[in-house]
Amino acid sequence: MEAKTLFDKIWDAHVVEQVEGGPNVLYIDRHLIHEVTSPVAFLGLKTRGLKVFRPDKTTATPDHNVPTQEQHLSIKDELSRNQVEMLKKNCAEHGIVYHDLQSEGHGIVHIIGPEMGLTQPGMTIVCGDSHTSTHGAFGAIAFGIGTSEVEMVLASQCIMQPKPKKMRITVNGELGKGVTAKDIALYIISKISTSGGTGHFIEYAGSAITGLSMEGRMTLCNLSIESGARGGMIAPDETTFNYVKGRQFAPKGEEWEAALAKWKELKTDDGAVFDTEYTYDAADIEPMITYGTNPGMGIGVTHQIPTTEGMQGTDKSTYLKSLQYMGYHEGDSMKGKQVDYVFLGSCTNGRIEDFRAFANFVKGKQKAPNVNAWLVPGSKRVETQIREEGLVDILEAAGFELRQPGCSACLAMNEDKIPEGKYAVSTTNRNFEGRQGPGSRTMLASPLTAAAAAVSGVVTDPREMM
Amino acid sequence: MAYDKFSVINTPAVPLPLENVDTDQIIPARFLKAVERKGFGDNLFRDWRYEKDGSPKADFPLNDNKYSGKILVAGKNFGSGSSREHAAWAIYDYGFRVVVSSFFADIFKGNALNNGLLPVVVSPEFLQKIFDAIEKDSDSTFEVDLEKQTFTIASTGESTEFEINPYKKHCLKNGLDDIDYLVAMKDAIAEFETA
Repeated sequence: MEAKTLFDKIWDAHVVEQVEGGPNVLYIDRHLIHEVTSPVAFLGLKTRGLKVFRPDKTTATPDHNVPTQEQHLSIKDELSRNQVEMLKKNCAEHGIVYHDLQSEGHGIVHIIGPEMGLTQPGMTIVCGDSHTSTHGAFGAIAFGIGTSEVEMVLASQCIMQPKPKKMRITVNGELGKGVTAKDIALYIISKISTSGGTGHFIEYAGSAITGLSMEGRMTLCNLSIESGARGGMIAPDETTFNYVKGRQFAPKGEEWEAALAKWKELKTDDGAVFDTEYTYDAADIEPMITYGTNPGMGIGVTHQIPTTEGMQGTDKSTYLKSLQYMGYHEGDSMKGKQVDYVFLGSCTNGRIEDFRAFANFVKGKQKAPNVNAWLVPGSKRVETQIREEGLVDILEAAGFELRQPGCSACLAMNEDKIPEGKYAVSTTNRNFEGRQGPGSRTMLASPLTAAAAAVSGVVTDPREMM
Repeated sequence: MAYDKFSVINTPAVPLPLENVDTDQIIPARFLKAVERKGFGDNLFRDWRYEKDGSPKADFPLNDNKYSGKILVAGKNFGSGSSREHAAWAIYDYGFRVVVSSFFADIFKGNALNNGLLPVVVSPEFLQKIFDAIEKDSDSTFEVDLEKQTFTIASTGESTEFEINPYKKHCLKNGLDDIDYLVAMKDAIAEFETA
């Protein structure tokens, strides 16, 4: 039998039809929707007179533009409120499960899917959000889609996609002190650039990857899209099975045993061929921070901003425009850079492990007076767990306050906007111009590096304080 | 979504000689709050195009009267970042029908094709020739022929072929979309589910 990759096994099992001279018709097991990219899709169904084909395979929650304070009140912004109400109405009309603000199941789509056991190995999972790649951590094929494709899934439970190429990124060895999954991801993107993964689906492998918790794996897979790849995935193992077992929508009893037997087959066969391969050594990875306006512009926190030596044409002008936006210069050291805001949260780093890491780091220390800190749990369940584990007491004693779940300042669709010209160390996924608010300047980093910045008031190597 | 059938475009082009133009620049998140698909063109490249008080920034190509046409020419890795289809809607709504670059982000490319906006990939060298032709004469025109899959610089006569998969080409030429195709095969999908 031909040796197959993990990706091939799952993809091939979901192809309903190969269109001649065109894409594959791919069956989707799980569809997540939110308020921003779904209304036009529902409108499209209405225009065509269509019903949702398989309402039980779609799950909805509002996350992108919800407030993170006083969620019990009506949403102040009229347009945001309208989008959230529209989602609720569309779900009711089509029989789709909807997790409202403040309910137990509310949160960022990519946080609640795994929490509820909706995300399982071997599945195809899509959502009108590029960070759907998060779910690949479970050995699923998960990727972001556009609104036309949201409409396709609602109408037929399928989408049409060309099969991507395959890439394997292997990271061997042990991670150093203070180095997290976020740093692995930023390191990889700094090496292969924000377009290095384009056209590909990534499988992450190697001892540094299998050593990660599910939370860490989700952070890594989440950031796959920032390398341009459609998604990233990790073969499921005992860590995966232990995480899924017992969750609300996980198979139970005999069904669990049957599922487990199938899931154990989900790995790349020896001798399977990838279109592109990269291998890195975990020992080379430091706590990372970005200095520019795309996630590929990252360096070790102790390093200096690269110079333009050897660059020319639009490469150079784009690079200089980026530094100018950030107010930085070639050769600047990142350590000691001004920090005005710290943001902990998002589908990248808004899980319980991220809050544990941040809380443990700031325990017994105090938030720097010059720093505004926004701590936003990824979901209601994460918020509850933060309270139950007593982390909220540690955070409050150190001068931090906890907000309510949502995407928040990651893309600043709600009120949580970093003001113009201000610097934010952010645990999110994109440092694009204006991403966190018009004129905002973002440095992407791990929860530990964010915590170090929050207590020291400037960009700091977290290892110096551990 | 309904869009105009695509055949041959012959117009000048608007240059945007920047790389990694991400979807947050094409349409910032704060303009994604509509529940209908209209008016996104007004906010295309919002923060590059307008000052905070809403006045146009004179040096941005879309505000420069010398540039016009249905073709947008941009540096490599155009459309990276978010999956927001609003980016393709905004470009189309503004009046562009073609975006030319040496490299597109995957999701953007798919979204564009689903909305009658043709992404044309040319070599980095040919892209530079297009920029040069516009710089020399901002009225210089370009022909995009979907049937022949060619992009031609009228002033120099230089031409290059571009790739598009036959199914998507058929859709663009006839103004069709994937939903029509998928809805027509529901029985096969239901059969797949039980297999």
